[in-house]
Amino acid sequence: MRSLGALLKLRRGRRGPQGRRTLHLTDWLAYGYLAIGIVVMFGPVLWLVASSFKTPAGLLEFPPTALPYAQTTVDVEGYDEPLPLFDVTFEDGTERRMAQVRRIGIEASMVDPDAPGDPITVNIEQREQVRELRLAWENYVDPLQRFNFLTYLRNSVVVTVVATIVTLLANSMAAFGLSKYKFRGRNAVFLLIIGTLMIPLSVILVPVYLVITEVGWVNNLWGVIIPGAATPTGVFLLRQYMLTIPDQLLDAGRIDGASEWRLYWQIVLPLSAPAMAVLAIFSVMWRWNDFLWPLIVLTRSELFTLQVGLNAFQGELNVQWHYVLAMTVLTLLPITMVFAFLQRFITTGIASSGVKQ
Amino acid sequence: MTVLGWLIEPIQRLIGVRRMPWIFLLPNLAIFGVFILFPMVMNFYYAFTGGTALYPLERPFVGTENFERIYACGNYLDPATCNEDLFWRAVWNSFTFVAFHVAGLVFFALITALVLNARIVARGFFRSVYFYPVLLSPVVVGLIWKWILQRDGVLNGILVSLGFDRTLFLLNADWSMFWVIVVTIWANMGFHTLILLAGLQSIPKELYDAGAIDGTGPLQSFWHITLPLLMPNVVVVLVLAMIRAVQMFDLVYVLTGGGPGSATLLMVQYIYEVGFASQIQRFGLAASASVTLGVVLLIITLVQLRLTRGSESHLA
Amino acid sequence: MTQSTRRLLAALAAVLTLVAGAAFAQTELRMTWYDDGSESEVMSELVERFEAENPDIDVVIDVVPYSSGILESLPLQLASGQGPDVARVTDLGGLQEYFLDLRPYLDDPGYWDANFGPFHDWMRPDGSDAIPGFMTQLTVTGPYVNATLFEQAGVEMPGEGATWEDWAAATNEVADATGVFAMAMDRTGHRLAGPAISMGAQYFDENGDPVVTDDGFRRMAELMVDWHADGTMIPDVWIGSQGSYVAGNEQFVNGQVALYMSGSWQIGQFTELIGDAFDWKAVPNPCGPSGACTGMPGGAALVGIADTDHPEEVARLMDFLAQEEQLAEFYGRTLFIPGHLGLAEGGVDFDADLPATQDALSQFAAEVPKLADAAYALQGYQYNRVVFDATRDRLTQVFVGELTLDQAIERMQRDIDEQIADAQ
Repeated sequence: MRSLGALLKLRRGRRGPQGRRTLHLTDWLAYGYLAIGIVVMFGPVLWLVASSFKTPAGLLEFPPTALPYAQTTVDVEGYDEPLPLFDVTFEDGTERRMAQVRRIGIEASMVDPDAPGDPITVNIEQREQVRELRLAWENYVDPLQRFNFLTYLRNSVVVTVVATIVTLLANSMAAFGLSKYKFRGRNAVFLLIIGTLMIPLSVILVPVYLVITEVGWVNNLWGVIIPGAATPTGVFLLRQYMLTIPDQLLDAGRIDGASEWRLYWQIVLPLSAPAMAVLAIFSVMWRWNDFLWPLIVLTRSELFTLQVGLNAFQGELNVQWHYVLAMTVLTLLPITMVFAFLQRFITTGIASSGVKQ
Repeated sequence: MTVLGWLIEPIQRLIGVRRMPWIFLLPNLAIFGVFILFPMVMNFYYAFTGGTALYPLERPFVGTENFERIYACGNYLDPATCNEDLFWRAVWNSFTFVAFHVAGLVFFALITALVLNARIVARGFFRSVYFYPVLLSPVVVGLIWKWILQRDGVLNGILVSLGFDRTLFLLNADWSMFWVIVVTIWANMGFHTLILLAGLQSIPKELYDAGAIDGTGPLQSFWHITLPLLMPNVVVVLVLAMIRAVQMFDLVYVLTGGGPGSATLLMVQYIYEVGFASQIQRFGLAASASVTLGVVLLIITLVQLRLTRGSESHLA
Repeated sequence: MTQSTRRLLAALAAVLTLVAGAAFAQTELRMTWYDDGSESEVMSELVERFEAENPDIDVVIDVVPYSSGILESLPLQLASGQGPDVARVTDLGGLQEYFLDLRPYLDDPGYWDANFGPFHDWMRPDGSDAIPGFMTQLTVTGPYVNATLFEQAGVEMPGEGATWEDWAAATNEVADATGVFAMAMDRTGHRLAGPAISMGAQYFDENGDPVVTDDGFRRMAELMVDWHADGTMIPDVWIGSQGSYVAGNEQFVNGQVALYMSGSWQIGQFTELIGDAFDWKAVPNPCGPSGACTGMPGGAALVGIADTDHPEEVARLMDFLAQEEQLAEFYGRTLFIPGHLGLAEGGVDFDADLPATQDALSQFAAEVPKLADAAYALQGYQYNRVVFDATRDRLTQVFVGELTLDQAIERMQRDIDEQIADAQ
């Protein structure tokens, strides 16, 4: 029994007089908390997904509906375009379903869709839209037709994968150097790296961009991949983990004549796997979600990452919400899928390895 | 043979084992030096220059003028009397934000970790539930919540259907800061929960059994066993949360843009606006503000190193 | 080497080749573009036609988000010489040093002078005769009203020559009767400037330096403060965020406001989103005590970038796009007010069936001759964004109680003076 397990007596479901296992009050509290947790943590994302299937008009509705509805239209004989359907309540209380021909001011002229005779005039207060459930797939399809989604996806994948490999390699080598050797300047280097743990990129955007232009990496995926690869967080995390690996293992290896590189590659790296996994997850997350930096470095659409390419629906004067929401869902999808498959590994990885100091 | 081994092993023969740590540090330090350290030095130089030229050498040296501009103030507690009033509003907003964000984050992460550590059904599933928002990009989180909190958003929809009045959550200074804090906690809590959970799971269960024999109550065992043993992890969470809170930008930028007025303008956003987002990009002024920010962060780091020194020896 | 090593290296090599890009036999031109609607579709059709006629040139359109891409990143890219060959920009004054003068490369510069002349002053230094580009759209600011709400409330709409106060009174009646808000205005100093100039604001002193301390500006600022205090203006738009533009179009489309001060570019969106769900129409800009009844001109321009390696090809592309035939199609399909004098006079055949759309287009066209000189001067001013941003942000601080109006106006002036001093 651990911690609150003791506090809440949750681990030991009590047995009632009849020997049936009953839930203690604290169990109810815990499950209540978890239930609220699901709503609060998942609800907003589900709401985003639901909204992304609404038509522009549906998005503007209040109160918002949970499911995407769109106005029902009907083909009426004698009219070229499909007409919108309404339920009309007449003065005498009767209700009829009618198609609207046009609306002028506060009056609408409507016809019976089955027997379109002369239109009758109805006050707009008397009618109510007939709506049907419809997923607005066009929010997804239109933008994808306009832009080269596959190119963006490929760039995002390349950036994420290569950057993660580079990050893992550079950071673990540095962490190995800092944790397994005693040498002059070690503390200085470590402090320097930790010192910059704090500076967010948004603060030094301009100087970093100048360096990139000098290196010639504007419009080059390396310009996106490399600058973020020497993460202080990664070095810090891996170093702390490697400190727990006994030095005797390395000494034994040295006696067997293994090179330093071999010690790193064949002993320390495999033993650091949990911490490496954590860093890998973080790196994938950071790189996949990165928006501002790729936008500055990449101006050519064949190099755009998903985050850059799919944000093109934010105009000067209009934001096309229906597209923005749909494209946001699209960028969420891959990372959510990866997480769904690896969630056990990811969460236990962080919990069990990592970030202990 | 191993990757890169063919390259590095001859080097070892050449320079000897004693210098090898530098070889291991080289890739990281090279990238770090060129793309982080050098720009930071350049940024520091910017802080003492004026004008709008991009290249440092084209910029006139103005000494401490930028700092004087930022620090000229009648009363630091009343930003309206300061020369750069928005900077000081951002400073005080950041203080409020960091205090409540960190307190709330640690509180909820702790509760969640305790609940997840109890014997519950589908623990793995619930752990992922709380972790999922950590995966989302700040831009997406800001967008989602903005969508929920707006006048015609779903939260108002629920409130109205329950008979309450509509509230303009992001248009009222207090509500807006409240939601900024809530949403940032929502987005980051899962990560910290896992760190605390790791700590809880490493507490030996015998301690509680011994306590139970002595007749220790649940609350007492929490105060006397759980909390002291969890302390190193709590410190890590505190420090990490604090650093992230001081750096907070994208999420709030998308959610409130710093508004209404300047009610949720935080320090990094101020720097971004002055140096990057305005028509006249004042790199010098922005840099001097970021040097100030750097000093604040350095102080937090030093405190961190002091605090973690104890816990490191404890765990290692 | 192990199997996995080899695979890793192969992957790295593949990435490297991928990054290096392929060599083009043709001249490649890059056009940085942003979309308010789906203009890029129309533009890419025009560009395809150009490519068919000019097989040696390949044009690629890169669509980026407006504020982070065009407003924030592009200036940095231009300043470091990493810009595209052609770009669609709105900061015509601030970026003018980076624009290419097409004149030496054009066969018939006279055509450009005749049709785009007045707008070229917005995108080149005073006294220059450069031809940097053409307007992809000319915009005019002005109010829209929800006529159906007026009808439901039984309120007479103020006619020609009505003042802003008249409109505020009328829309407030509508609001009381129908339970909506009276007015909304896009959150930008640009939308505010038209009404302010009608109130007598000049925006410049006799030396030509920008000022916001005159009585005219103050009168408009006071009205805005009052309107926000008494609930005439829907708070959602202006009480928004520091440093950002917010449009009120959703509130208008929703039928939440009786009057919406925006501009001609909304027509396409309203056609699509409102259609005939209610009667919407553009009305003349209200007047002020100065006698002016003005909105603000504005717009986006497609310009060549001076850094390009292929100025001749850029000029060929620009000259093709700027011809009447292409522009007539572009304006017609995007429902933009033409920034081409010949087309403005001759009329563009807009691709719209809805009577409301046609009415609104002609209403905004009728606003153009009524624009005040001060409005043109402000639009043509190199640092007008500094003025717009300062007025917007400081005024909002008054609405939320962070500053008094006196403090705010003093701050606006100081923001403007300091930033312009920094820029020079």
